[in-house]
Amino acid sequence: MTGATWAALAGLGAFHGLNPAMGWLFAVARGLQERRRAALLAALPPIAAGHLASVAVVAALVSATRSVTASTVVAVTGGVLLVGFGLWRLLSDRHFRWAGMRLSAAQLTAWSFLMSAAHGAGLMLLPVLLAEPAVGAGPHAGHLAAAPAGALTGLFAAAVHTAAMLGVALAVALLVYEVLGVGVLRRAWFNVDRLWAGVLVAAGVVTLLGAA
Amino acid sequence: MTRWTPDPTFYPSPTLAAAAPAEKLAYVAAFDRAGQRPDAIAVLDTDPDSDSYGRVVGWTELPNTGDELHHFGWNACSSALCPTAPHPHVERRYLIVPGLRSSRIHVLDTKPDPRRPSLVKVIEAEELGKRAGYSRPHTVHCGPDGIYVSALGGSDGQEGPGGIAVLDHTTFEVRGAWEADRGPQFLAYDFWWHYTQDVLVTSEWGTPSMIEDGIVGELLLGRRYGHAIHFWDLAKRRHVQRVDLGDQYQMPLELRPAHDPTKSYGFVGVVISVEDLSASIWLWHRDGDTWAVTKVIDIPAEPADPADLPDLLKPFGAVPPLVTDIDLSVDDRFLHVSCWGTGELIRYDVSDPFHPVRVGSVRLGGIVNRTPHPAFPDEPLAGGPQMVEISRDGRRVYVSNSLYGSWDDQFYPDGVGAWVAKLDVDPESGGLVPDPRFFPRGEEFRGLRVHQTRLQGGDASSDSYCFP
Repeated sequence: MTGATWAALAGLGAFHGLNPAMGWLFAVARGLQERRRAALLAALPPIAAGHLASVAVVAALVSATRSVTASTVVAVTGGVLLVGFGLWRLLSDRHFRWAGMRLSAAQLTAWSFLMSAAHGAGLMLLPVLLAEPAVGAGPHAGHLAAAPAGALTGLFAAAVHTAAMLGVALAVALLVYEVLGVGVLRRAWFNVDRLWAGVLVAAGVVTLLGAA
Repeated sequence: MTRWTPDPTFYPSPTLAAAAPAEKLAYVAAFDRAGQRPDAIAVLDTDPDSDSYGRVVGWTELPNTGDELHHFGWNACSSALCPTAPHPHVERRYLIVPGLRSSRIHVLDTKPDPRRPSLVKVIEAEELGKRAGYSRPHTVHCGPDGIYVSALGGSDGQEGPGGIAVLDHTTFEVRGAWEADRGPQFLAYDFWWHYTQDVLVTSEWGTPSMIEDGIVGELLLGRRYGHAIHFWDLAKRRHVQRVDLGDQYQMPLELRPAHDPTKSYGFVGVVISVEDLSASIWLWHRDGDTWAVTKVIDIPAEPADPADLPDLLKPFGAVPPLVTDIDLSVDDRFLHVSCWGTGELIRYDVSDPFHPVRVGSVRLGGIVNRTPHPAFPDEPLAGGPQMVEISRDGRRVYVSNSLYGSWDDQFYPDGVGAWVAKLDVDPESGGLVPDPRFFPRGEEFRGLRVHQTRLQGGDASSDSYCFP
């Protein structure tokens, strides 16, 4: 993978980390509820794990599929999926539902996984993943045997992405918890969902153009 | 369509909400006891700088008759900021208005013209019954994952169990009954929660046949009305614990949990003790791994000449306080208690919830006293302070005077009338003073009776907060 690819993966990770709905706000709430920073810090790894799982499923699937199928098919399918999902997110008023705030680490991971999946966090990485030449390209291209190697690259991409996400989420959570206070939510909680949906659609268009 | 920045009426914490600007309008449920004319939402001007301050400035009639509007609530509130399912860019603009007698639920839009809310949807009784198995919808609370509506009765003419139905935030369709396992719970009335602790609390009144034709003396003396509160796992939707107050304590109604999400206590008002007609306020709190209740306030009955009493009370020679609503200020410091029978609103400092201190009282109406408003001393008042609502900053308290159609008729047989009073908190004494400029009454309400008040932008019993 090129430097630009890594930067793009990390950049999208930072974008995801910034979104209050992806977990840092939950971590802040835990810290405030228990009145200790340790509770905030303890909440973030499970949240990152859930995000990683959600993104990794998509990344591994795409990378592995690309190794054995013609790139164009994957790109077109992925692009159409992205545009459709993005438009649905943009136009639908429905929001994620989850009752319950006293979660174990495992439940917190599950919450984060579902939250990321429902928001299409993994899908957003499609254009970056597809911009790379398939791992299996070469003598073994198109062979089923190339799939595991492709999946591994995908997992690695997801890990880099999640590391950036966790870093930003940690920084924002601590900033709000220690310095700004939750009052900042009233002013600064920009409607990320709309921007997010726009990014999904744009990513889909980029993917489709790349396939053309 | 959603907003770009959070609705400005949403506050992450009760402390921040207490700094909210003063409300400009109040919405009041008004109903026709005879069921001949449509019920309405009356809009009151609460802006002291306005020419029409203290007057009815808007009136939205419902399409049917016989609904008996009672309690109602906002579609969305500060709980939208809760981190599990945040949706801060929706708007607080719809009033969810149940008809307690008709079982219809109305959705009114306050945005196009806040002084003239417009009807946008009616959920018919059949839909509530078919989807959730309930009737007689009562309390409305805006949850992070849906709109919760308690209901007193079952569907298809069944008496019960009553419970909670959940409505979709966006479409207002009935999603279904909330309970996954209701355990021994059968009677229903009010509910609220300690949201961040995954705890929901419910209280008990009676089934439709126990209340709709008036209070039934035999049932009351037979201690058959509700006398317990229930604790539930809010995440699993399962019954956890039933706490019995003792069967002499009939009708624990309004539930007011601390707004501070780190606190694990709340207050519940009991209408009447069948042993001495007193009313009481109980505190629920944790006791190890379980929940417990402690009686923290006793309000005795007042002796009276039987000749001054309605038939129902003549044999007792006393006026029961009939505590039928209570409200806790957003900062959790002051509890306001409506004594609808004796005609008194009492204010307690509950900074130490186990040891309330009485700090103020206002007398208006009352079965025997008929105390007039100080600004209109020649008008004896019927009814008493009943539904009580507090502004978010805790400086203004609004009270209305009807309890429930058929019960009004029993306790105020010569007519309960209709009035809404505003009480200002005296910054010096901490007590309450009626505002001489704010007393809409009688014909202003066009012959209808007035029940719950909701304040524009939220009030002390609308919002729940996920951050301390």
